Amino acid sequence: MSLVFTAVCSHAPGITARADMAEPADRDALYAAMDDLREQLEAAKPDAVIILAAEHFANFFMNNMPAFAMGMGETYSGPIEDPDWLKIPRREVRGAPDLGKRLIAEMLQTVDVAYAEEWQFDHGIIVPLHLLDPENTMTVIPANINCQGPPLTPLHRAWAFGEAIRRAADAVPERIALIATGGISHWPATPDSGKINEAWDRDFLDRWLANDKDRMLAYTDEETYRDAGQGGFEIRTFITAAAAARGKGTLQFFRPIPIFAVSCTVATMEVV
Amino acid sequence: MSLYQLSKLLYVLNRDDAAKALFKSEPEKLTEGFQLTDEERKAVLDHDVGLLYVLGVNGQILMHFAALCGIAWPDYLQAMRDGVTKYGPVRAGLYAMTTGADEKVAGV
Repeated sequence: MSLVFTAVCSHAPGITARADMAEPADRDALYAAMDDLREQLEAAKPDAVIILAAEHFANFFMNNMPAFAMGMGETYSGPIEDPDWLKIPRREVRGAPDLGKRLIAEMLQTVDVAYAEEWQFDHGIIVPLHLLDPENTMTVIPANINCQGPPLTPLHRAWAFGEAIRRAADAVPERIALIATGGISHWPATPDSGKINEAWDRDFLDRWLANDKDRMLAYTDEETYRDAGQGGFEIRTFITAAAAARGKGTLQFFRPIPIFAVSCTVATMEVV
Repeated sequence: MSLYQLSKLLYVLNRDDAAKALFKSEPEKLTEGFQLTDEERKAVLDHDVGLLYVLGVNGQILMHFAALCGIAWPDYLQAMRDGVTKYGPVRAGLYAMTTGADEKVAGV
């Protein structure tokens, strides 16, 4: 039928793995915001949810790295991380092979998206999924963008990926939701973990909430690396969501939480 | 090329149950499947997160490796700081340390 819902949220592994190390007020506020997002997602009654994450070298590696990938498997599993470490139990997730194929076939008209019938979800997908689908009832189509191993997917191609998702979603009879996940500024998995450039994050979100394409695509990777760390490359997922939804965003939660390593963010965007 | 091989080993180890079992029972045998320098091989066998970090292993796969080795989060961060103190700055990749060795940005 169409794209019926678009949102972005953080996926930092600390959100679950280090939940007990956070200030309870911070953790509880974030979890409440994610629960609100869960209700909004459910209210949109999607037949399938595309969860778009940043590649973390869990499924794709430098032997054959796609700029974009999307799943069309029957089932997926995750987390790939030690469940005791991530504090998320392993689950098998229902995929949508036929729908995935139809979406990918349409998207290939404009973007060279790699397809995958196997996918092990890492924190990029499973942390949001754990919070947004606690009962494991959703049908999921995973997707990702290379934000990890240079040469990275250019920002304008992340935009084109979003346009392709929208066109493909509008071409199928099913109701499609899109949840894009990533950090804004962060220096994950390094001794710098917890460093956050809040001013940079707020400036990026201003651009995103206004759906200001030119200003979102204006960053160079050198600037992003300098100001927002290697984790800042994940703005690609937000950019893709903006291209797909086309509307203005609504910021529902924003709070830098160093023990979670990012400015934890929850936002929706009007689909127009 | 060697850093690529080292990274590939950790990538495979993080996602493949057979590799995990081999790493537990015969870790040397697992490392023989990759073209590693002696320093790289020793870093893997010793679970030397600090050295792996300095050698330039991508943080995402290093974080998963540390979890696999049962290293708690504060100890993982400290191992990287200690690695930089012991072996010098990160030699390759995008995950260089930009904070001080005594700095604990998130309190751990």
